[in-house]
Amino acid sequence: MTKSSYRVTSDGIDTEALLSEVGNAAAGATTLFVGTTRNENEGRIVERLEYEVYESMALEEMRRIGEEIARRWRVIAVSMVHRVGVVPIGQASVAVAISAAHREEAFAACRYGIDTLKATVPIWKKEFYRGGEHWVGPCHAHGATV
Amino acid sequence: MRIRVLFFAYLRERCGVREADVELPEGASVDELWSRLVTRFPALPAAPPRFAVNRVYVDKGHPLHDNDEFALIPPVSGGTQ
Repeated sequence: MTKSSYRVTSDGIDTEALLSEVGNAAAGATTLFVGTTRNENEGRIVERLEYEVYESMALEEMRRIGEEIARRWRVIAVSMVHRVGVVPIGQASVAVAISAAHREEAFAACRYGIDTLKATVPIWKKEFYRGGEHWVGPCHAHGATV
Repeated sequence: MRIRVLFFAYLRERCGVREADVELPEGASVDELWSRLVTRFPALPAAPPRFAVNRVYVDKGHPLHDNDEFALIPPVSGGTQ
């Protein structure tokens, strides 16, 4: 039985707490992915980022990803957390931590976890830059407003 | 039957609503609800976004039931690049 934790928070992400959450005496490997907000995107200077969430579905979707990880790899614990609301530049917006007996499983599961989270968990990012704002995503041509 | 519709991110801003109730005949599918929404909210794009019913992604043929929670899911962009 894999231990798991999925959260959405408007506070800062505590990566040390995440690591201790997945800590286990049987774990020989722990991977931690941390995504941080950047000050530049597509040539624009980003001054502020804001994330919007469909929280009930986001938590269910994270749980589905965690269950798929447990089916595919022998992992001991899975933790995922996404920050929402305003996230200052240079701070963590998302983190995925995995513990496993060996590093192969820990790396593969963490990679799958963050890639799938970014593709399916209903969270949207809005960039605010000088002179405008912009929802990030492949179909955002109509999302820009000034 | 009555369906609760949720709007997020740029679709929420374009349509100016967070949620709306839509009355549909029994047995209607997601596709029929989308057609109804496009008429009621002309700001919706011609190309449909992804759809979720009761917090699970579905395709347009998915049948709806009374009191379903239906969400329009614009392209997600969680995390960072």
